[in-house]
Amino acid sequence: MTDTLVDPNVDPAVAKTVGALDDAHDTHGDVAIQNYTINFGPQHPAAHGVLRLVMELDGEIVERIDPHVGLLHRGTEKLIEYKTYAQAIPYFDRLDYCSPACMEHSFVLAIEKLLDIEVPLRAQYLRVFFAELTRISNHMLNLGSHVMDVGAMTPNLWLFEIREDCYGFLERATGARMHHNYFRPGGVHQDVPLKLLTDIAEWLDTRLPRLFEDAISLVADNRIFKQRNVDIAVVSRDDAIRWGFSGPMIRAAGIPWDLRKQQPYDVYDRMDFEIPVGTKGDCYDRFMVRVEEVRQSARIMKQCLAEMPEGPIASLDRKVVPPKRAEMKQSMEALIHHFKLYTEGYHVPAGEVYVATESPKGEFGVFLVSDGSNKPYRCKIRPTAFSHLQAMDFMSRGHMLADTTAILGAMDIVFGECDR
Amino acid sequence: MKAPAPRWAYELNDATLDAARSAIPNGLKDAFAHVGEIQLHVHRDHLIAALTALRDTPGLEYQQLMDIAGVDYPDRGEERFEVVYCLLSLTRNHRLHVHVTASEDTPVPSVTELWPVAGWYEREVYDMYGVLFAGNQDLRRILTDYGFRGHPQRKDFPLTGYVELRYSEEAKRVVYEPVQLAQDFRTFDFTSPWEGAEYVLPGDEKAALPQAKGAPTPVTAEQIRKAGDDQSDKKPADAPSQPYAKEDAESTAETGAGNPHPNATPKPSDPDVVPGKGGQNQ
Repeated sequence: MTDTLVDPNVDPAVAKTVGALDDAHDTHGDVAIQNYTINFGPQHPAAHGVLRLVMELDGEIVERIDPHVGLLHRGTEKLIEYKTYAQAIPYFDRLDYCSPACMEHSFVLAIEKLLDIEVPLRAQYLRVFFAELTRISNHMLNLGSHVMDVGAMTPNLWLFEIREDCYGFLERATGARMHHNYFRPGGVHQDVPLKLLTDIAEWLDTRLPRLFEDAISLVADNRIFKQRNVDIAVVSRDDAIRWGFSGPMIRAAGIPWDLRKQQPYDVYDRMDFEIPVGTKGDCYDRFMVRVEEVRQSARIMKQCLAEMPEGPIASLDRKVVPPKRAEMKQSMEALIHHFKLYTEGYHVPAGEVYVATESPKGEFGVFLVSDGSNKPYRCKIRPTAFSHLQAMDFMSRGHMLADTTAILGAMDIVFGECDR
Repeated sequence: MKAPAPRWAYELNDATLDAARSAIPNGLKDAFAHVGEIQLHVHRDHLIAALTALRDTPGLEYQQLMDIAGVDYPDRGEERFEVVYCLLSLTRNHRLHVHVTASEDTPVPSVTELWPVAGWYEREVYDMYGVLFAGNQDLRRILTDYGFRGHPQRKDFPLTGYVELRYSEEAKRVVYEPVQLAQDFRTFDFTSPWEGAEYVLPGDEKAALPQAKGAPTPVTAEQIRKAGDDQSDKKPADAPSQPYAKEDAESTAETGAGNPHPNATPKPSDPDVVPGKGGQNQ
């Protein structure tokens, strides 16, 4: 078929646009299809929030992706500059609302580093304990929605059972299901009842492994799930480093880098746990790294329960940590401290620190500049999603349109944190 | 360090400082460790060379760029912005930050050639502070709205912003309007008055006024006499103010004692009934 004009497969308008009608253009065997651009989101269930992807497609093959972020920008960093340190902590809950405690962790550690105060051992154990519980709850959401993005429904429902349990425990400890405001400079807000710890211990031994292993057994070796994930978006070690990957993303690429192990904070250096790494750096590896992390988190939590000492749950430095309310009713000095800490707050010595912790999604950092006053001069938040989402373009290039949801799901992105 | 902050190889700080000083021969303005974290202050023109050296020199090996933060110091005059590059070495387990200064119209060289991840971080600093990055191919706004004007993280940008948007039922679309606050914007400055509060305490309004004669400042008798002389020269003393009661009165009718106050309202006969003409109690 040499005459394109009679080719019934080519739209004449298209043929004219691409120059198929030129004599010089040999159209033999050509299928004249233009690249086209489509909009993914901002409101799309697989976008995990308000992400807008402007995709350039060649047929069903992704040529280029331009992620537009910032639709959930709330000016958190600007607001924090106008609040005292204590008032700024709740903003961190609202960054990555799937793992609020881990967000607070970085900020609290940054303040403590500038203040250079000691934290009682029990408080450090409690923080590690609840950070790991949050990690489990975060991974339940991500693993569940990842499998749902590629077409499986049931595991998501089972994993949400676990997530609901986690929220129940966190509510019993902190009083809030999501926005805990539980970690405070110098310790944690309040002690936990013994019954809660025994309940969680029982849950770790019975309910969590049963539900979790059941749900994962449905997908981990599932043929369809593997077809959708294996060899999708392979990232080499070099690329992972150059693109600033962290967390499960860098571990799936084969680099055993976990801040809990390499740069331990609180009592992570006392914990005995393994770092899972991937072998190929594809979406399946990222999924399985997270699956193993859940088991390791449960292991850390059990150790915390076994070793957690009795004692105060916050520093006794009354210039930073407010006294108990009952004490405030009795003691004049406690009343003064309470009033001062809840109006003026504490002054943090001038300095600049970058403190990063291993949040469930990767390295979550806080670059804190203090000028010695009671408010942060600058609080730059290093989101995990920024570097991962930026790599979306080269990770999806050459893959099918349907793979972008798998890639996005394996990145674990939450826009509260990405857009701040 | 007493705080339970992440413990990386702090013991390498001194060796790193020495290595950095020799690896960055030009443009290193300052290098020191504060709160256990190394800060390298580098001149803008030598930034690329310095970061390349930090990444590639054996013994430094900062493979990863974790973050780029902008900071605004309006007091510093023209060079008011600081751009901070947070680097991480995976092999040496060490972190440091590199600082450069920038002004509104002098661009900072882009490091996207060294680390592609810098693209979005530079876009963010540009968006938030208006710092330009020479060499960044895609320097668009990233976090703010399409068509946003201004750079919100600057210290002189108001917290409320300038425009607000709402869905207009008449126009059937989202419309932008100047910000209208339903109540005054409130800032609470709870800084202790002894530690640099920037507001006037209630009752202290007169403290800033120049002192009048007889103010409680200890002054010498000589000064008081002089001041009195000066004032009496210019202006005769005021007539004595109207006394509350005539001193030479002969009866209460002259002093007004016992009369109701001219502005007083009549007392209600029933204390529970408050008279009024449709006031807020009715």
